[in-house]
Amino acid sequence: MLLVTTWFAALGMAATVAQAADPMRGQQLYEARCIACHSLDENGPGPRHRGVYGCMAGTQAGYDYSPALRRSALLWNVANLDLWLADPTALVPGNKMVVRLANDPQDRADLIAYLKTATENPRECQTPNRSGR
Amino acid sequence: MTQELNGATQANDPQRRRFLASTAFLSTAAIAMLGGMPTRGLAASHGDAQAANDLGILNVALGLEHEGIAAYEIGAGSGLLDKPLLSVAQLFKSHHEGHREVLIKAIRSMGGKPVGAKSIAEYQQSSKLDVKSIKTAADVLRLARRLELGAVNAYLGVMPSFGNRDLSQVAGRLIADETMHYTVLTQALGDPLPVPALSFGA
Repeated sequence: MLLVTTWFAALGMAATVAQAADPMRGQQLYEARCIACHSLDENGPGPRHRGVYGCMAGTQAGYDYSPALRRSALLWNVANLDLWLADPTALVPGNKMVVRLANDPQDRADLIAYLKTATENPRECQTPNRSGR
Repeated sequence: MTQELNGATQANDPQRRRFLASTAFLSTAAIAMLGGMPTRGLAASHGDAQAANDLGILNVALGLEHEGIAAYEIGAGSGLLDKPLLSVAQLFKSHHEGHREVLIKAIRSMGGKPVGAKSIAEYQQSSKLDVKSIKTAADVLRLARRLELGAVNAYLGVMPSFGNRDLSQVAGRLIADETMHYTVLTQALGDPLPVPALSFGA
């Protein structure tokens, strides 16, 4: 009984101690899972990502965003990117990104860490202050 | 690996003919899977919004196939690939041309307009493909492998979003081809295969 209790306790600890986000692994995941539709500097099926972190969703110039995303008033921060990557349609119904490529929380954390380091550039988007949202 | 590449090479011409023949069948089958309903038949049975969603996915997939064809064309024309790799690249390009035809027919059968390819010059200028950085045969293979992996994961990611399950089956067949390409390219580069199970998708 003690063994079983200890085992469950260990499992509980493992579940609550999240690994630190790893931007290097995030880059590998980005290159494997995202590059079909995205790149840092070019719009493709999806918008370019340079400058996306810290921006209001759907505001970068030069990409034809869905009305749903343009109206979303979302700020691309850690919390919203986590929800988005888990299920874009659940977060913003009617948006164009109907793909789910990061079901695992650690994958999302690593991807967001990479996006934050690689793409943050507030001069290229509407920030909350500039947009008034 | 050489044996595998040679196998693909030896099979190139007759296999390509058989592939194109089977592609023609698949295209017919794909349309049949759409219920034999031209244009708005699918929309009527699945809802306009879902049909539009399916069409959007298919057109993104078609754009990726255009890009893959261009990448193999650029790679094959680079002068960096010798046989048997050159023959393998040409075979894989023909697979993507088959995918392109399947997707175009499916899109048209649903009443959609297939997205067109960009010019080769535009693909050559693309920072995503980064053609300017290609100096060796291995660089060509790495570009092709990167695109194949991206396509595999993209198709896997959208499969649950299809309103028409028959389209998921078509996507599954495309994934199978592209996973084969990824595996052969990885072996040709002498890189290790993925260690964990379920290494594709998420």
